[in-house]
Amino acid sequence: MYVAVKGGERAIENAHRLLANARRGDQGVAEVSLDQISEQLGLAVDRVMSEGSLYDRELAALAIKQARGDLIEAIFLVRAFRATLPRFGASEPVNTGAMRVRRRVSATFKDIPGGQILGPTFDYTHRLLDPSLAEGFVPEAPATSEASSAATPRVTDILGRDGLIETSPQAEDGASVGDLTREPLNFPADRDLRLQNLARGDEGFLLAMGYSTQRGYGRNHPFVGEIRFGDVEVEFAAEEVGFAVPLGSIELTECQMVNQFKGSATEAPCFTRGYGLAFGQSERKTMSMALVDRALRARELGEEAGAPAQDEEFVLSHSDNVQATGFVEHLKLPHYVDFQSELGLLRKLRKEFAEASAEANAPDAMKEAAE
Amino acid sequence: MNAPAYNFAYLDEQTKRMIRRAILKAIAIPGYQVPFASREMPMPYGWGTGGVQVTAAILGPHDVLKVIDQGSDDTTNAISIRKFFAKTAGVATTTSTEEATVIQTRHRIPETSLHANQVLVYQVPIPEPLRFLEPRETETRRMHALAEYGLMHVKLYEDIARFGHIATAYAYPVKVNARYVMDPSPTPKFDNPKMDNCPALQLFGAGREKRIYAIPPYTQVVSLDFEDHPFEPYRFNAPCALCGAENSYLDEIVTDDKGSRMFVCSDTDYCEGRQAAGHHGALSAAPYKDKAQGEAQAEAQGKENG
Repeated sequence: MYVAVKGGERAIENAHRLLANARRGDQGVAEVSLDQISEQLGLAVDRVMSEGSLYDRELAALAIKQARGDLIEAIFLVRAFRATLPRFGASEPVNTGAMRVRRRVSATFKDIPGGQILGPTFDYTHRLLDPSLAEGFVPEAPATSEASSAATPRVTDILGRDGLIETSPQAEDGASVGDLTREPLNFPADRDLRLQNLARGDEGFLLAMGYSTQRGYGRNHPFVGEIRFGDVEVEFAAEEVGFAVPLGSIELTECQMVNQFKGSATEAPCFTRGYGLAFGQSERKTMSMALVDRALRARELGEEAGAPAQDEEFVLSHSDNVQATGFVEHLKLPHYVDFQSELGLLRKLRKEFAEASAEANAPDAMKEAAE
Repeated sequence: MNAPAYNFAYLDEQTKRMIRRAILKAIAIPGYQVPFASREMPMPYGWGTGGVQVTAAILGPHDVLKVIDQGSDDTTNAISIRKFFAKTAGVATTTSTEEATVIQTRHRIPETSLHANQVLVYQVPIPEPLRFLEPRETETRRMHALAEYGLMHVKLYEDIARFGHIATAYAYPVKVNARYVMDPSPTPKFDNPKMDNCPALQLFGAGREKRIYAIPPYTQVVSLDFEDHPFEPYRFNAPCALCGAENSYLDEIVTDDKGSRMFVCSDTDYCEGRQAAGHHGALSAAPYKDKAQGEAQAEAQGKENG
């Protein structure tokens, strides 16, 4: 018999209580701490900070814990908190050239000033499950040596000195930086907004988009000019003080792609750039971002632009996983009012169809057809 | 750790001001979609973040709030949003259409006529009526600017050519104030006539798509149609099984696996009001005969669901 859709309030409360229990799991097993998440699931924390657009390891770790390890849910938690924070200004542009580098590789030159530094990386590991990690593993102390005092200039800057790569666009002094969380995104979007959108964009989405350019859907011949990961100072120009004050340092990964060259009757040919930047150690993300950034510049560079990754409205409108997951998952909300309306229409159309075919199959009609 | 503290109705005053400006612009240009800097809300996109932001921006401490989803005050998302405002704004809430000053809705317009001094806030998933004909925002904005709506009429005409009817059952496009073609949100087309010349202010919020639009009180709202194929609202031809209403929109409820159905008002407040006034339908005896029994069932259901 019909049970009215009452009792929803209690159902919600009970569901949340059950969720809290499911999240905790077997209470005989020790609870995971935020420090443990931050220290031992560091790359998950990096991703949540990047796509959540908030540099706070502790809050990101909390979000991961609260989301039961669902990173998109964790990103959503961080974003919703971030939306309530006051904005008191924009930092000075960070100087990634002065980064205290922990990892730095270039695929374009065998050796570079300051050297190639492998740093902590999965690259060249054999992907064999390691049972010794299951419990009580104590790693060997890392190898150390004297810190090099050599500067580590960006590879693209070295290329730029000879004019072999286009100059990186420079904002005018004092120009404000766009913020798509404060102003709705309009198309065509400027570079600052495009990069902000991609930096917040879903890693998986950007990975697939970047990959598609490699497979011929908007190919742009990329080389990894350089990937660097390390610590960068953040400074803030406080008007009252009259100079930039350091706020602290953050971990960043930067990827500079060197792409196919362009030239014209009036301009000497040179390489072009694709740019990726993210919090923490996020190489896959920054490489994908750089590929997509370059693909989205197709029109600006006068290239044919027909591939999905080159379509600005398509890419920038669908990159955000918090938006995407919300809208996809809202399909589980009730839709019975609209569905009822569709049912009514469909029944009517089917009835008319049945009547029309009955008429067509009537003896009279058959006779006519025979004649 | 930064322990969060939240403002009245959750949003900070600067954000509310930004949203109010967008609302004022929307009221000044009926049916025009005003871009606004939609915030990330603590509920997911697609679950009413646009409506919630509009409600948060207009809500005052003396308002009485009603929230419905599919016409019902008791669907889970309506409860969740109502609780959100009860908690963050401390406003009085109600299920009565008559008593509410602000009604946030998803997919329905209440059956009870709205009056002046009421605001109906719609949750909108896709604000652009032309979106499924033209996916590009740059294009659709141009089409609205030039009032270039031929494409929509061609679509409606093609429906008639193919099916014999305009095959749009909900989110049926309307023209507002003889200028902008507007998406009424996915309400069944049964509700379209209620938007026309309505004494209440109607506000539409699309959070994910970052758009607000409005129908000011007493504005002409016309459902698109053709002279020889006039607009006709759909309603299943039966009285409500609980209150006997002949003119309300009905939910179809599957009662067993042998094809049995019952049809009841989708607007629960309207239906309960009619029953309280002594109206009865064919099956009204069952769940509503004994209020205590109804609650016991609800509780049992709550436990199952929980």
